[in-house]
Amino acid sequence: MKSYTCEVCGYVYDPAAGDPDNGVDPGTAFENLPDDWVCPVCGADKDSFSAE
Amino acid sequence: MRTIVKVKEGINWVGAVDWTVRDFHGYSTHKGTTYNSFLILDDKVTLFDTVKKPFKNDMLHNIYKVIEPSKIDYLVVNHVEPDHSGSLPEIMEVVKPEKLFCSSRGKKALLDHYHREDWPYEVVGTGQEIGLGKRTVQFIETRMIHWPDSMFSYVKEDALLIASDGFGQHWATSERFNDEVDSSELMAHAAKYFANILLPYSGLIQKLLAAVQQMNLKIDMICPDHGLIWRKDPLQIVAAYDRWSKQETKKKALVVYDTMWHSTETMAKAVADGLIEGGVSTKMLDLSVDHRSDVMTELLDAKAIVLGSSTLNNNMLPRMADMLCYMKGLRPINKVGAAFGSYGWSGEAVKHLTNALEEMKVKVVSPGVNLQFVPNHEGLRKCVDLGREVAKAVNESA
Repeated sequence: MKSYTCEVCGYVYDPAAGDPDNGVDPGTAFENLPDDWVCPVCGADKDSFSAE
Repeated sequence: MRTIVKVKEGINWVGAVDWTVRDFHGYSTHKGTTYNSFLILDDKVTLFDTVKKPFKNDMLHNIYKVIEPSKIDYLVVNHVEPDHSGSLPEIMEVVKPEKLFCSSRGKKALLDHYHREDWPYEVVGTGQEIGLGKRTVQFIETRMIHWPDSMFSYVKEDALLIASDGFGQHWATSERFNDEVDSSELMAHAAKYFANILLPYSGLIQKLLAAVQQMNLKIDMICPDHGLIWRKDPLQIVAAYDRWSKQETKKKALVVYDTMWHSTETMAKAVADGLIEGGVSTKMLDLSVDHRSDVMTELLDAKAIVLGSSTLNNNMLPRMADMLCYMKGLRPINKVGAAFGSYGWSGEAVKHLTNALEEMKVKVVSPGVNLQFVPNHEGLRKCVDLGREVAKAVNESA
């Protein structure tokens, strides 16, 4: 599973870590994040992310 | 400066003027700045933003001229950066507001700065409104313009937009309104602010401008947290932000260089000759005298950037490394470029400069010119040719 970087603020989504603060379990691939998931740092939407 | 200014009936500027700040974390504020705060007198007396910590007394003095600070009911924090919230802990002690309004990320940032769980936070989001009595304030979150916590406050009845760091300028003046100062100098400060603070968020600014247009807000005045208030023709700065955030360029090139023993400088002049001959408006920027933030301002509407550096210890000169680190973070787009430099025995600088341009997604139009020691006539001719080649790329893109 690939990590994805937010092009707006530089936050890296690591699928191994997930985003537990926002209800995303560790081990969730970026592709499987809900469509309304946003960057936990800056609020950018999924479209603003690119694969590392 | 301790003087209140009436912005509209019942709305006062109660901020502070900083005449002496010259370096704003790497941005040269050679004419100082202001930290703007606005006080609205209504059934609920409301203070929008505070000032940098050392200016707390200037602000309190201004508030006292209008009203006893303890009579303030609401505090709005549009942006948590310490130049607007540094005096907040002390202001909170004096004011003891009923509510402190901020965005969700604003609350997190306030907790991470001041560690006060006991403050009366009220989290607000885009479109949410609060009534002050005669007036209504609507909030618009502006995430990453330019921090995650940033938001605007729009006072509906007065059609007044308190725009946090949006539309600001670092310029200390005794005047408070755009129609009281020289307009071309004002726009130059606004462009510098955009190029050095907001440029990386150009895409988000395009989205925000579109969203605000859809909201159909009537705008009579724009009050940024730095510099002059846009009272006369406030939409001129919105139009400028539209232009700047599209990163539209002119037939303009920058030759940015640093030199050890004048060889690279001589080359820079020859490159500029080629550019000018090619019909491109050209600016020479010598990093020993031109500040990185002024280079960024010039880059805002330039199509081409040509970098020159001597090789020092197998690398580029340190002032150029500083410039490139700064420029890379600000993420300019739509540029073409190339590199040149003089060297003694190894000559890595041109390669490093070219790699840096490519990393910034600048379209490199030539392998560059790398000359040993002092350039001769033939070497300088290559530099003129480099300038011509870059000019050709500029002309083709126009």
